[in-house]
Amino acid sequence: MAVNEMAKLTLGPIAYHWSAEERRDFYFRIADEAPVDEVYLGEVICSKRAPFHEADLPTLIERLEQAGKTVILSTLAEVMLKRERKATAEIASMDTPEIEINNAAGLYERAGRPHRVGPFMNAYNEATIAWMAGQGATHVSLPCELPASAIRVAAQSAKDLGIGAEVQVFGRASLAVSARCYHARAHGRTKDNCQFVCEQDRDGMPLRTTDDRPILRVNGIQTQSESYVDLLPELDRLVADGVTHLRLMPQAVDMVSVAAVFHSVLRGAIAVDEAEAMLRGICGEVAFSNGYYYGEAGYRRVASAASS
Amino acid sequence: MSLAELICPAGTPAALRTAVDAGADAVYCGFQNATNARNFPGLNFTPQELRESVAYAHARNAKVLLALNTYPPAGKTDLWWQAADIGAGLGVDAFIIADMGVAHYLAQNHPGIRLHLSVQAAASSPEAIRYYCQHFGVKRVVLPRILTIPEIREIRKEIPCEIETFIFGNHGLMVEGRCSLTSYLTGKSTNMDGVCSPAADVEYKRHEDGSMSSQLGGFTIDCFRCDEKAGYPTICKGRYAAPHRREGYYAFEEPVSLNLSRLLPELIDAGVHAFKIEGRQRSKSYVRGVVSAFRRAVDDIRAGRPANMADLVALTEGQKQTHGAFETKKWR
Amino acid sequence: MSNIADAMLFVPRRGEAVASRLACLLVQPLLARIIGSIAGRHPSLLARLGPHQATSFLIDPIELPFMFYLRPDPQALVLRAFPRDRAPRAGAVIRGRFMLLLEMIDSEVDGDAAFFSRDLEVSGETEAVVQLRNALDDIDGSIAEEIAEMFGVPGRAVLTQLRKAYPSEVKGHTAS
Repeated sequence: MAVNEMAKLTLGPIAYHWSAEERRDFYFRIADEAPVDEVYLGEVICSKRAPFHEADLPTLIERLEQAGKTVILSTLAEVMLKRERKATAEIASMDTPEIEINNAAGLYERAGRPHRVGPFMNAYNEATIAWMAGQGATHVSLPCELPASAIRVAAQSAKDLGIGAEVQVFGRASLAVSARCYHARAHGRTKDNCQFVCEQDRDGMPLRTTDDRPILRVNGIQTQSESYVDLLPELDRLVADGVTHLRLMPQAVDMVSVAAVFHSVLRGAIAVDEAEAMLRGICGEVAFSNGYYYGEAGYRRVASAASS
Repeated sequence: MSLAELICPAGTPAALRTAVDAGADAVYCGFQNATNARNFPGLNFTPQELRESVAYAHARNAKVLLALNTYPPAGKTDLWWQAADIGAGLGVDAFIIADMGVAHYLAQNHPGIRLHLSVQAAASSPEAIRYYCQHFGVKRVVLPRILTIPEIREIRKEIPCEIETFIFGNHGLMVEGRCSLTSYLTGKSTNMDGVCSPAADVEYKRHEDGSMSSQLGGFTIDCFRCDEKAGYPTICKGRYAAPHRREGYYAFEEPVSLNLSRLLPELIDAGVHAFKIEGRQRSKSYVRGVVSAFRRAVDDIRAGRPANMADLVALTEGQKQTHGAFETKKWR
Repeated sequence: MSNIADAMLFVPRRGEAVASRLACLLVQPLLARIIGSIAGRHPSLLARLGPHQATSFLIDPIELPFMFYLRPDPQALVLRAFPRDRAPRAGAVIRGRFMLLLEMIDSEVDGDAAFFSRDLEVSGETEAVVQLRNALDDIDGSIAEEIAEMFGVPGRAVLTQLRKAYPSEVKGHTAS
């Protein structure tokens, strides 16, 4: 695979309710060891969790920036309550670091000043991307369900507009968000009285069908794929099609090693087959999927036609 | 002053006429393709059918709202632009839109046309709603079914456009326009293709004991015992097992429909302009029953009479109804 | 509880099996005439069926000794009755009480509601069933009455008798 200096490896925001201590350890290690270029921080899923770890944000930002990483602060995907509106407005008012907006409320608050558009913003097509760029977007994260044909057109339009285009290449796909907390529901509680049971599931709460087939993961108000998206074999085509940023979503596995594998493939240092075997070793039993890329059911694993 | 307009579904021209005759103030519908979120087999309108339907509705003082509320995937926007141009040419009274690119296209190319913000845009805060009003001239927002009535009242005070809320029908659990559950199991997307649990990927299996299981894309979504009512084969109404819920439970929601007939006076008082009935995929029989029942109820309330509401439970999913999020935050 | 699993399925005894085969033979020309007439009067019905014009349907009125086999292909329309034990395989099967099926064809009753209440059962190609249901729903007026009209006074008398014999299914109706 060709060396491509242009494509950057990013680490998406932690979707789960990991404790403040776990988060600190996680990001310190990312700063010190992970070959990622950019790190997204902040609580994207549940506004109730934010108070547990937002006090650490300045320290983490400083530490990551010192390690040469670009830090971007992400806003909530769902904005409904007063505290969610306030949190969004606060981030939208910041000059540094860069921000990634995940809800139209944030776009309103940002009022045309530069920002990134997050994966929850439905930047599905060139017209929407052009509109967003005209309103200050410097970068768009594409929806996880876009097939390769649409990624190509979207990334090209982003390139023409002079903005970045990002695709998730590793980790559980975000399939849905809701106003209701399914973690709380599973434990017979309501969202207001959840007692943060989501903290128990560092990689999401598994749901299986009644005939015992793994299907989905619950993460508070979010529903995720059971499988980890893995686009290692597709990296070269993504880059060739103009995708500028490749996102790894933090899962409860050794993310430093995951980043190292993706980085090695991007640099052309190891073959895809070898990298796949390494990734399998890091992630254990979990299913890998790339169905969305091929326009098929997202959970599917399609054999890559062009894996080198 | 709230007008309490009744916005009614039409999957076919015959259903549109039924809705108008039953007292709809406006009917919403879509073309026979991916440009709307009920792109189901055998449903929806050809341009010629829409032309005749607009004439039928307008002759009876009813409006026609065209749903253009999916998200065009990159490279395929032409289908949406065509639908926008045809709809505008046919004189529909408003477009129901979600995608910013589509909104921008309409605002640029058909500047006079009225835009309603679809529930698929998931605008659930005053700021998000104001964004669409400010940039695209949106005149009405269809609110996600996740807000309580006091919250709706507060939003009303802070936005420059009308509010439409769902009052009856299928009760989507996930934030609309942000749900890829169907595409995860079938490869067909709610946002891009306008489908939700497409029938082509649904299979019902009857077992020896009389129970019936529903499958989507080969995954078992639910299994109904003989004595259980059934629901749609949607992932968000499925039964699953979790580590501490091994017996299987409705992880998201049980089969149930929204019915806010008892809350109509409060919704009107909160400043809701229009009431939406879900169900473009349902029959004329449903349209006739539900629209006429709500027509009477709204007319009663407007005349200051206690609303005399027909029982609609037989038409509801799982034959159960709920006030959903509207009554209490405990729903969340 | 009036769902299908609880309902008594018709199991023909020996003499009845012969009678039902005979009845199917006798009714065949009528069915051919009916389907030809409906297709002729409602071209939009076939258009709405799209790719499922080529799909075969078994319509199974659970309390009758026979089933209907339908292929709505405009080039080769087929509507035939088969004794229950001789019914051919089909792409999709729709099963319910006779009057419910008749009322669904006429949009007197909501198909989804009948499905929720378990009075209606479908198997095979779900999409074909949904598409047929939606296509039928776009027809104004009553197909049952159209059919009755085709057979003049005796036809209308049969329909009246049927409606008397099967008091309207409550399920799926709105109380109004």
